[in-house]
Amino acid sequence: MHKVIIPIGPQHPALKEPESFRIQLSGERITGFSVKLGYNHRGIEKACEERTYLQDVYLTERICGICSHAHSTAFTQAVEEIAALAVPKRALYIRTLIGELERIHSHLLWLGVAGHEIGFDTLLMYTWRDREVVMDILATTTGNRVNYGINTIGGVRRDISLAQVKDILKAVDILEERTKYYIDISTKETTMIKRLSGVGVLSHKDAVRLGAVGPTGRASGVDRDVRRDDPYAAYGELDFNVITDDHCDVYGRAVVRLKELMESYRLIRQILKNMPEGPIAVKAPRKIPAGEAVSRYEAPRGEDVHYVKSNGTDKPERVKVRAPTLANVQTVAKMLEDGQLADLPIVIAAIDPCFSCTDRLISIKDTKSKKTNILMWDDLHSYSVKWYRDKGIDFTKLNRKLQGKMS
Amino acid sequence: MGLVRKIVTWARIKSPWIIHFNTGACNACDIEIVAALTPRYDLERFGIQLKGTPRHADVLVCSGPVTKQITPRLKRIYEQMPEPKFVVAVGTCSCSGGVFQGCYNVESGIDEVLPVSAYIPGCPASPKAIIDGVTKLLMSLEDKEGSRIQGPGSGKK
Ligand code: SF4
Repeated sequence: MHKVIIPIGPQHPALKEPESFRIQLSGERITGFSVKLGYNHRGIEKACEERTYLQDVYLTERICGICSHAHSTAFTQAVEEIAALAVPKRALYIRTLIGELERIHSHLLWLGVAGHEIGFDTLLMYTWRDREVVMDILATTTGNRVNYGINTIGGVRRDISLAQVKDILKAVDILEERTKYYIDISTKETTMIKRLSGVGVLSHKDAVRLGAVGPTGRASGVDRDVRRDDPYAAYGELDFNVITDDHCDVYGRAVVRLKELMESYRLIRQILKNMPEGPIAVKAPRKIPAGEAVSRYEAPRGEDVHYVKSNGTDKPERVKVRAPTLANVQTVAKMLEDGQLADLPIVIAAIDPCFSCTDRLISIKDTKSKKTNILMWDDLHSYSVKWYRDKGIDFTKLNRKLQGKMS
Repeated sequence: MGLVRKIVTWARIKSPWIIHFNTGACNACDIEIVAALTPRYDLERFGIQLKGTPRHADVLVCSGPVTKQITPRLKRIYEQMPEPKFVVAVGTCSCSGGVFQGCYNVESGIDEVLPVSAYIPGCPASPKAIIDGVTKLLMSLEDKEGSRIQGPGSGKK
């Protein structure tokens, strides 16, 4: 049959972020799929080297506005490890609390978007209305609805008062009630089941091979969760279940996320009950001693990894981020294999992609020679070094000096 | 002013259709824009509707500092919109570059690329701020009643 290639994006009603896909079709069947990333590449890793550690906390927070706490926590954890700071217990509990609240807002957001993608807009409106409950809590506890700015190196910036604890518990009760209703809808409503079952199948074997993380992997039976496997913050002292499912399709991914919401409510109640008294931060030095650290965090979308290398100054030498979507985006091609074109939006939405986290390379089109060249990491690095050098900022000498000192 | 023109102006102000484009934002402003369209804030009561294609839209709502790769696309989307058209920059980074100012791959703000009619600062701009900005833009159009509504880009090449 005749093969057709359809470009989708970067601006497309089904996409919430600028990404571009090329879909090869034979009739309605998808026979090929490729992604072009990079529309959202801002150069944050390089910019981190330009700013002080404290500024970087806010910058890493803005890698992604949906899992902002994930990125800023992963970054501060890495810096704290290098500086060997003993973060107070209460601060760790508050971090965990905000992390779980963030998971709730993110999963509710996802449920709404998924509803929208299958033409069930009522669900979008319902979940987003309920999501406002958790947004209010985030706003009153941290001061901002998104990009909370609660982390600082050595602890957190705001304490939680008794009145706030009461508010949070009340909100959790409301949300739990609503989530039960959504679980009911998704597992009993024929439209949802029929539309989501058997769509975007990713077998357990493929999920492991392609390195799927987070709910995408767990819905294919990959029993992995950083919160349990490598506990950070206060997770080591809390009791919760890691939700897995063996449906291996979009339906499974919805179920995993909904059940994770219930776990989050349980976690929040425990956190508020067990939260120890005490200070919320220790003083952090301005200059961080030389060293390196890797930190992992279970973001709502999966495992988020930050690597930080310091050289004894007040700015990091290198920051590297591996966002969960980068791990998951590889699986989409497998999920779409032999699928229907009409399933494309929901399959892409089902990994809960966040491309603002992911964009790590750019392609530059030479309009004269009509050549496209993809800048890989090395080229990008030398391009950025040159860009800063042209602006009169040059670290080469300093780096050499420091390396000489260290060796 | 002719009756027809009066009706056209009225219709324009009462039902501005928007298209939202992420020009390198961190996503926070984007979800706040969507939040503004959902039941709690309900932008739709001003007749505002989110559309899928630039050809149906009157207002281009941008968030993000404009990355190098997106610049040509942004221009193309703007060119596809019918006149009169308006651009709203949502979020500090789309107003001025914000936290990303000085990054090697971004411009500093939408107005480096397109004429902007309304700036809504905030990192992220809260839905309330977005509603405030959009209604102010609509009110400023109302003031112009009598003269034909012209987008800032009209007449320019
Ligand atoms: S203004 Fe702030 S919150 Fe909004 S997109 Fe830019 S960095 Fe993100």
